[in-house]
Amino acid sequence: MKLWKTILAAALLALATSSQAYAARTDLVIGITLEPPHLDPTAGAAAAIDEVLYANVFEGLTRIGPNGEVLPDLAESWAISDDGKVYTFKLHTGVKFHDGTDFDASDVKFSLDRARADNSVNAQKGLFAAIDTVDVVDPATVKVTLKNPQGSFLYNMGWGDAVIVAPESAETNKEKPIGTGPFKFQSWAKGSSITLVKSDNYWGAPVSLDKAEFRIVPDAAAAVPALLSGDIQAFPFFDPDSVAQVKDDPRFKVVIGSTEGETILAINNKKPPFDKLEVRQAIAFALDRKAIIDGASAGLGVPIGSHMSPASKAYVDLTGLYPHNVDKAKELLKQAGLENGFKATLKLPPPSYARLGGEIIASQLRDVGIDLEIIPVEWAQWLDQVFTKKDYDLTIVSHTEPNDIDIYSRKDYYFNYDNPAFDKIIAELNLTSDDAKRNTLLGEAQKILADDAVVGFLYELPKVGVWDAKLQGLWENAPIQANDLTKVKWSE
Amino acid sequence: MTAYLLKRLVIAIATLILASMVVFAVLEILPGDPARLMLGLNASADQVELLRDQMGLNAPLVLRYLHWVGGLLSLDFGRSYTYSVPVIDLVRERMAVSLPLALIALALSTVIAIPVGLYSASRRGRAGDTIAMGAAQLGVAVPNFWFALMLIYLFAVWLRLVPAGGFPGWSAGVWPALKSLLLPAVALALPQAAILARVARSALIEVLNEDYIRTARAKGLPYRAVLWRHALRNAMIPVLTILGLQFAFLIAGTIIIENVFYLPGLGRLVFQAITQRDLIVVESIVMLLVVAVIAVNLVVDVSYAFVDPRLRGRQ
Amino acid sequence: MTLHIDIPEETLGSILAKAFRNRSFLIGFVITVLVVAMALISYVWTPYDVTKLVISDKTLAPSSAHWFGTDHFGRDILSMIMVGARNSIAVALVAVGIGMGVGVPLGAFAAARGGLIDESLMRLNDLVFAFPALLSAIMITAIFGPGAINAIIAIGIFNIPVFARVARAGALAIWPREFILAARAAGKSKTQISIEHVLPNVATLLLVQGTIQFALGILAEAGLSYVGLGAQPPMPSWGRMLFDAQTRMVVAPWMAIFPGMAIVITVLGLNLLGDGIADILDPKSRRQR
Repeated sequence: MKLWKTILAAALLALATSSQAYAARTDLVIGITLEPPHLDPTAGAAAAIDEVLYANVFEGLTRIGPNGEVLPDLAESWAISDDGKVYTFKLHTGVKFHDGTDFDASDVKFSLDRARADNSVNAQKGLFAAIDTVDVVDPATVKVTLKNPQGSFLYNMGWGDAVIVAPESAETNKEKPIGTGPFKFQSWAKGSSITLVKSDNYWGAPVSLDKAEFRIVPDAAAAVPALLSGDIQAFPFFDPDSVAQVKDDPRFKVVIGSTEGETILAINNKKPPFDKLEVRQAIAFALDRKAIIDGASAGLGVPIGSHMSPASKAYVDLTGLYPHNVDKAKELLKQAGLENGFKATLKLPPPSYARLGGEIIASQLRDVGIDLEIIPVEWAQWLDQVFTKKDYDLTIVSHTEPNDIDIYSRKDYYFNYDNPAFDKIIAELNLTSDDAKRNTLLGEAQKILADDAVVGFLYELPKVGVWDAKLQGLWENAPIQANDLTKVKWSE
Repeated sequence: MTAYLLKRLVIAIATLILASMVVFAVLEILPGDPARLMLGLNASADQVELLRDQMGLNAPLVLRYLHWVGGLLSLDFGRSYTYSVPVIDLVRERMAVSLPLALIALALSTVIAIPVGLYSASRRGRAGDTIAMGAAQLGVAVPNFWFALMLIYLFAVWLRLVPAGGFPGWSAGVWPALKSLLLPAVALALPQAAILARVARSALIEVLNEDYIRTARAKGLPYRAVLWRHALRNAMIPVLTILGLQFAFLIAGTIIIENVFYLPGLGRLVFQAITQRDLIVVESIVMLLVVAVIAVNLVVDVSYAFVDPRLRGRQ
Repeated sequence: MTLHIDIPEETLGSILAKAFRNRSFLIGFVITVLVVAMALISYVWTPYDVTKLVISDKTLAPSSAHWFGTDHFGRDILSMIMVGARNSIAVALVAVGIGMGVGVPLGAFAAARGGLIDESLMRLNDLVFAFPALLSAIMITAIFGPGAINAIIAIGIFNIPVFARVARAGALAIWPREFILAARAAGKSKTQISIEHVLPNVATLLLVQGTIQFALGILAEAGLSYVGLGAQPPMPSWGRMLFDAQTRMVVAPWMAIFPGMAIVITVLGLNLLGDGIADILDPKSRRQR
């Protein structure tokens, strides 16, 4: 009996100590939705790789700041030649990789040459396309010569795909990433979590956290309890639909920021009856953006009328072009000879904006006589059926790449949209560097897309971050998909 | 006895071979190209084709099947497309979660069910029996994932006694690890316990009606001794059968339960692998589960022979 | 656990009288009738239209206007449970139909023929049993796409070996009986005997197994829908309602509680009904009481 009492007491004690509040902590558990396929940002397109490693483990010549600005990183400064073609980077000295090897100009040359080589597996080879040669001037100086001037070159060098790796470790970064950042990789429990710890020999400003664990939580259903029970203290990319669950809880801070994600109801423009302008316009009139944003995104998200972020300087507000109007939609369908409505399919990828938005849109289109069959698909099937084979009528997806209006001019893109007038504007845009002129062209491009009702423009995806109210320094916006932990600390 | 065991063994192996063909064939017709998925949106057709070659996806069907089976036999399951590590490593990691979970759940359900069954059987028809069997009926009817949700909100969110999900790893210590398996195990065990209790009760009642039990009672043996020494032993056959069958249910149950609690176990691995078209992982794990089910059933069959000597002669 | 059921020699009246005295049967019968009635009523009337989304009314707590509250799209939970009952019943019923339709002839055939055919059919059964049902159902729906039809097929396939076993076991017990021997002596073929004499005598066994599989089917459908592979919107289904509810447990727990209870009560009712039928028709179990 006495033994039992002792065991019970020990168990209760363990229970009490393990669930009690933490004071002045230096560890952090961050929830991420998708698990990275591997840990080399220079060899994969998956945003999840950057979410863990960008700015934490790996660094580039430059880096992107919390609001999308270009900041110096491994390059402490740079000079640009008058013709805009030669960039001379001055590097920080005394920088070491996590395995103890020294960082110098030869690593920069190695990394850039590796990324742009013919057999490179870099997912964003376009970033390096303008580079002609990379020369080591001295161990602390690198000269990059471009084929032609490129206004976005410094920004490009700040991408996760352009981080600097060492020749000694480049091949094994997928499993054991070795970078120059303030955190070094410790372990990866597949399917569960990735742990980073503070690097002792970091060259820059020391970080506050000793340990950061990225825990993989695929569905929102598990995210909420994990947050509420304190297992996970931050979800930088939280499902907007679940915000209501935590927003009134003083233990948490809910931060709504912006992304570059235009959420659209994509339409297969070549497939009858969607090849008729009237039908696409009817859909545009049938959509009630406010209800969609309220129902699928917890009321967060700015309505859009064309393919441009409202935060952009080039943005033109076209949301008034097709106000929600059921009668008008029915009339247009009648003009198209479809007064009895028609049937179509709506393929929905996994994110909640698509699955929830899809149900709402199906209901709205039903009101004008379009009967949609909802087909939920996994990302694998979506890529295969919708994106690659263009076997779809309608789908919902958020295009999160910044400044990507040119996708509508791409041949063979999954919208099946073909408008020479639009293509001409994009071609002209690529040759224009003057900002004012660019914005005018971008405005025209937006208007054409809206007039053609190419797709159903819905809203700009919000970036919802939820974290412990005592946590400071996480990014509010998402200019790129990353969780920069260099400034993160616990208050108290 | 040897002939009986041999026959069971041959059947088990034949089933395994057939099952491996079914698994392989089914996964062949699964839509979605893993190479395309790995390379992302911007990859060219040439790149996809190159990767398909590297991954051995372009080899003839029969060759791939034989290669796969050969690998299974030598415990070389191939490499996961998505994680680019050997599948066996993934399996080993995940097993460290799923196996303890299944065992705890099995133990829990047995520990709950047998005493309840005994109690009910010994007070057949009385209030205690009615209440216990009513509760068992309820237990059978509760979907385990719904029960899991209720448990999470009660114990993790409200009372904050245990984690809502996730697994710290055994390296974090035995107690924290066990603690995070507690709710999932309870959620898994309850419906199983309810079924088992019902089976145990009816098996016991059946046995208690047998003549030799009456004889034992008539000889003046105390009721308790009869129950434990004779009845329970003989009621073990149906209980064992159900336990064997339950193992399959338990494994299937872990797929949903591991997803609810986001435990990095085999069940979640296979669920994720299906959605990511990581065919090698799906194939290997499904085969492993099938092997496990067949092996457990074989063990159950064999243990019949030991529990009930009459069976030995019969087969 | 072999259920040995003799041919009921009682009259319909005495069976009914027994039924009225059997508590399990009564409770189960009432619950089942209520659930079926609810599903039928939903065809002509529900408190609210379940296809109409009223976003402004989302996640309202239970009130006199909405007894069970509203969901994340402002739909009435009670109405959805009523309509969802249709889906659960339809999926489970058709899945049982598939299982019986294929499994019973197979089992009866195996019992009639015996020998190698019997052995190989039973081994095929083992093969299906070797696959964890839910895992296979997930794989089937992953291949053919999520949806009610594929859920029915996935669940139905795993009902086949269950009914085949029951039919075979029941038939094997009947075959050595005198009246079968008489029929054989009269020159009837095995198929004829199977249909005319064997199957009617295993009908009660199949009825009991049918209610059990029906209940399991409802649970399985809920499980598949819960992982997003069952019935698709706008068709309400109980499992899907739980799927939608799980991310809203803190703000709208009623979204999880009521559909969950609908499942529990329905399955409970069916299980009690099955138990009751077995009790009433099985003289052996009567002896035990």
